[in-house]
Amino acid sequence: MKRSTVGGMDTVIDIAGLVKRFGHATALDGLDLQVERGEVHGFLGPNGAGKSTTIRVLLGLLRADGGTVTLFGQDPWHDAAELHRRLAYVPGDVNLWPNLSGGEVIDLLGRLRGGLDEKRRSLLIERFELDPTKKSRTYSKGNRQKVALVAALASDVELLILDEPTSGLDPLMEAVFTDCVDEFKDDGRSVLLSSHILAEVERLCDRVSIIRAGRTVESGTLADLRHLTRTSVSAELSEAPAGLDGLAGVHDLVVEGVRATFEVDTVHLGAALEALGRSGIRTLTSQPPTLEELFLRHYGEDVSS
Amino acid sequence: MTGLTGALTVLRFHLRRDRMMLFWWIAGDVLLYYSQAVSTDGLYTTQAELDKAAAGMEGNAAFIAMAGPARALNTVGGQVAWQAAAFGAIVAALMSMFLVGRHTRAEEESGRDELVRAAAIGRHAPLAATALLVTIANVLLGALISGSLIAYGLPAAGSVALGLAAGLTGLVFGGVALVAAQLVESTRAAYGITGAVIGVAYALRAVGDVGNGALSWLSPIGWGQYLRPYADEQWWPVLLSVAAIALLGFAAVALFDRRDIGSGVWPARPGPARGSLGSAWALSWRLQRGSVIGWTAGMLLGGIAYGSIGDDVGDLLGDSNFSKDVFASAGGSIVDSFYATAAVMLALIGAGFAIASVQRLRGEEASGFAEGLLATALPRWRWAVAHLVVTVVGTIAVVLAAGLGMGTGFALVTGDGSAVLRLLRATVPYVVPVLLLAALTWLAYGIRSRWAAIGWLALGFCFVVMMFGAVLQLPDWLMDVSPFRHLAQMPAEDFDVVPVIVLLAITAAVGALGMVCLRRRDVVSN
Repeated sequence: MKRSTVGGMDTVIDIAGLVKRFGHATALDGLDLQVERGEVHGFLGPNGAGKSTTIRVLLGLLRADGGTVTLFGQDPWHDAAELHRRLAYVPGDVNLWPNLSGGEVIDLLGRLRGGLDEKRRSLLIERFELDPTKKSRTYSKGNRQKVALVAALASDVELLILDEPTSGLDPLMEAVFTDCVDEFKDDGRSVLLSSHILAEVERLCDRVSIIRAGRTVESGTLADLRHLTRTSVSAELSEAPAGLDGLAGVHDLVVEGVRATFEVDTVHLGAALEALGRSGIRTLTSQPPTLEELFLRHYGEDVSS
Repeated sequence: MTGLTGALTVLRFHLRRDRMMLFWWIAGDVLLYYSQAVSTDGLYTTQAELDKAAAGMEGNAAFIAMAGPARALNTVGGQVAWQAAAFGAIVAALMSMFLVGRHTRAEEESGRDELVRAAAIGRHAPLAATALLVTIANVLLGALISGSLIAYGLPAAGSVALGLAAGLTGLVFGGVALVAAQLVESTRAAYGITGAVIGVAYALRAVGDVGNGALSWLSPIGWGQYLRPYADEQWWPVLLSVAAIALLGFAAVALFDRRDIGSGVWPARPGPARGSLGSAWALSWRLQRGSVIGWTAGMLLGGIAYGSIGDDVGDLLGDSNFSKDVFASAGGSIVDSFYATAAVMLALIGAGFAIASVQRLRGEEASGFAEGLLATALPRWRWAVAHLVVTVVGTIAVVLAAGLGMGTGFALVTGDGSAVLRLLRATVPYVVPVLLLAALTWLAYGIRSRWAAIGWLALGFCFVVMMFGAVLQLPDWLMDVSPFRHLAQMPAEDFDVVPVIVLLAITAAVGALGMVCLRRRDVVSN
């Protein structure tokens, strides 16, 4: 239980230095991840970065080759079934028995998890506009995802583990999903959300971990992460700007007469604005980095620095 | 012919995907024929020996029921045709069934078919490409069987007839598979239909060959054997096969034109909105009940077919001293010896159920179904045990059904009511070696999911030992690896409890080891 308190909060998921190899290929290479109670934690990374592998280790399906993994303070490999009573999982690729109906699958998964909330079950089926009488064979990808989502959200659990749960949903259904996650979180429960839809992550997540090639490259609140990246600034001044190109953290500076546009590392934003101020600011627009830019920066570049 | 645009491109793609699979099916089947020629020549060095053996085999109803009508058995060609034709035709049929299922219904079920159909290809192109693929495979198979046997030095006409029989039978069942793929929405169901037709065709000719031969004319496998390879060939039954192939082909196209892509002619019915499945056991029964019931019914019918040969066995064997010698060594009367052999034979077939049932676990894991289940409070061991319980119960049902069928068939023909229990009792002990094969499959699966296929190798080995062990003159120590060899051959011999208990203990140990392995390894899905 030592590990379960970090910074005074309950830690639901605590992964440190996780290593997982498949033969000679190293899928996870010292990955760290902490999810606190009551938070929605975004789990980002390019395809093949190791998100699903991490989740499968967390579920006790794969055995870790190194590092420590605890879930609710227990070992997910050893205590898998016991821990699974407290969580629900929606895989990225939902595969269902083709000859069972959606309703049968929902009830089966719910019962195996330890019971469904009947009222919530019917409410969710209505909200997601799911026809539970259809055989799974005939469901589209989005509808299979709805089956798994209804089964997960109708269960009485403390943690949701969602692996790209909305990749097959239409925007309307995505909105329903967002609402459902919000409600789930409002009850003080936690969510680990692996996703590629950045608007969704921005909208839902309190904290984010970005992984690449099996390692965590960044972790923190979105505000924290923005701090580490560049803000784009565009200004019209009373006179031609001076001293900007010598400033630390200023990139891609373009000066056309009295107009200046540039990117600046967010930690140096203050100094850059002071320099602009000396030339007299007429108009100023500054844009904080979007998650897209964060994402691209971490995915596109070598992040060893 | 715009409906066929692109068929050749699709065909080339099929050939690319299937080249290894085709190689193994065809090479395996050709080897089955060729090895009979080699082993017959190796076994009988003089014509006198072959004559003597042939005289004994000609009257053996069990072998006739298994293999086909006995013709010209005192020639090498006749031996090859007799021993290989029925099984070789079934291999061809299965090859065609899997080729068709894989490229039609399975592609539609997975959605890959849409991807292909969205390209600039004609509506009938995928169907035509599959039909062409199956045709190429069977033509190749037939030609190689004929060619290899002619090259070995057997008479050309008979070799051609034998190759023709295999290729045509394969094509007829390819046609059956093509029709089945139009009828139902799931690949598994399509295989079920085709497999049942193959089973019925085999059983019809078994009963027909032992009797007056009339029923054999209803079986495509029988048509092949009526070409009389190496025994004064007659060619006109080729027309029966060709007509059937054409008819089935037209039927498949007509059915295809009447349905939507992705659905079958028989539409899927909606399922219940609420589920009653509440446990892993209920789920595994639900997933396997179809195959348990199908196998049990099939084995019951197979048993009845054997049983209904009744005590004619004695008449068929006649005065052949050779066979009396053979059966006397097993002890008991000739009729009892025959049914002792039949019990092993049926048990070996039943092992097919047991192994396939264990392999369901692999299917559940590989297709990702297990992942969702194991993320619930269901422990891994209980998930596996739930499946294995169905395997064990199903195996018992399947083997007992065979024994019950055999006894009932015998009792109906002879009026000897006590035979029901006697022949049932003869079959019961074989549950144990069948379960041992299942346990081996399970252990291999536990070590590594993909290794589950080893179960078929083990069954193939036991089958070879039982059918050809004596002919191939395999050493005793090697044959003794087969668990089926260690049980008392009831009803010819008295029941012996010791080997049953030993085999049970080994089965339990292997099963426990499999569980240890499964609990230690990663669960993988693609």
